[in-house]
Amino acid sequence: MVEAVDVVLLLLLSVTALTIIRQRNLFAAVMMAGIYSLLSAGLFVVMDAVDVAFTEAAVGAGISTVLLLGTLALVGHEEREPKHRPMLPLLVVMITGGVLVYGTLDMPPFGDPANPIHHHVAPHYLEESEHEIGVPNVVTSVLASYRGYDTMGETTVIFAAVVGVLLLLARGPGPRRVLTNGRWSTVAREEESPEPQEDDDA
Amino acid sequence: MHDRVILRVGAKILIPFILLFALYVQFHGDYGPGGGFQAGVIFAAGFILYALIYGLGTAKRALPPTAVYVCSALGVLIYAGVGYLTMALGGEFLAYNVLAHDPEHGQEYGILLVELGVLITVFGAMVAIFYAFAGRRKVQP
Repeated sequence: MVEAVDVVLLLLLSVTALTIIRQRNLFAAVMMAGIYSLLSAGLFVVMDAVDVAFTEAAVGAGISTVLLLGTLALVGHEEREPKHRPMLPLLVVMITGGVLVYGTLDMPPFGDPANPIHHHVAPHYLEESEHEIGVPNVVTSVLASYRGYDTMGETTVIFAAVVGVLLLLARGPGPRRVLTNGRWSTVAREEESPEPQEDDDA
Repeated sequence: MHDRVILRVGAKILIPFILLFALYVQFHGDYGPGGGFQAGVIFAAGFILYALIYGLGTAKRALPPTAVYVCSALGVLIYAGVGYLTMALGGEFLAYNVLAHDPEHGQEYGILLVELGVLITVFGAMVAIFYAFAGRRKVQP
């Protein structure tokens, strides 16, 4: 029964991915990407990784779709016809994919309890978390306590992403330095209209 | 979107529940799936929905961009602050056992504070990135 769900989900994933590749309308492509994320979330649930599925559904299917739609409102809905032929990139992708698949042949069998990954620190986390941390959800105790350093790094990465986006996109108050004809000049910032984004499609 | 009554009323009903669900995900993360990351994203989604329906200007009056920027930095500060607090109390960086007399309580406080930091940063980050994208005008081709 679970196998049938796996097969259906993977099949739908492939169909969605192929549709995204064939799609010239970027609005449809963004929507399909959201569906792709939701399907992957379903796949994570089948693999009992509910925390990951939760994050994938919230971030991949939710926020990412909104941000991509916001981008589309700025850049337009239609992808331009590519000028070059797809043969060389296709060859490169096929070879890379082949090498990657070849690399997985050496990996231990999927889901085997004898795999090395299940005999490193995982048994300690699963058995001692109850006494050491006292939190029923082992995912939380690993994320926030055993691997607290990693989570702090992740939080910092998110903060760094904000700083990067703001440096590139945000328009702060005050005058602004503009480069025109090789010469810097200071211009007053134009008044921000109260509702700059009134696009129907946003 | 001034005449879309169904959207406006529907959002008004939904948003409080979205925010409440985010808090549930945050504080129930110890017992079920969820935690700071997911809760932060859902909390941000509530405000982003508000901005989509009622316009960016209204949303920025309700939640000023400065507050959002402060949030995204504050969470990291809280997280690292917990680490320095445990050091000041004589433990290692982010070893929560020293936060209370009973090590298990210490772990609980530590995880609570750290997850709160994650929530605040993720919330601030998501809304700030949305503000930055939505505040741009359309590129002239």
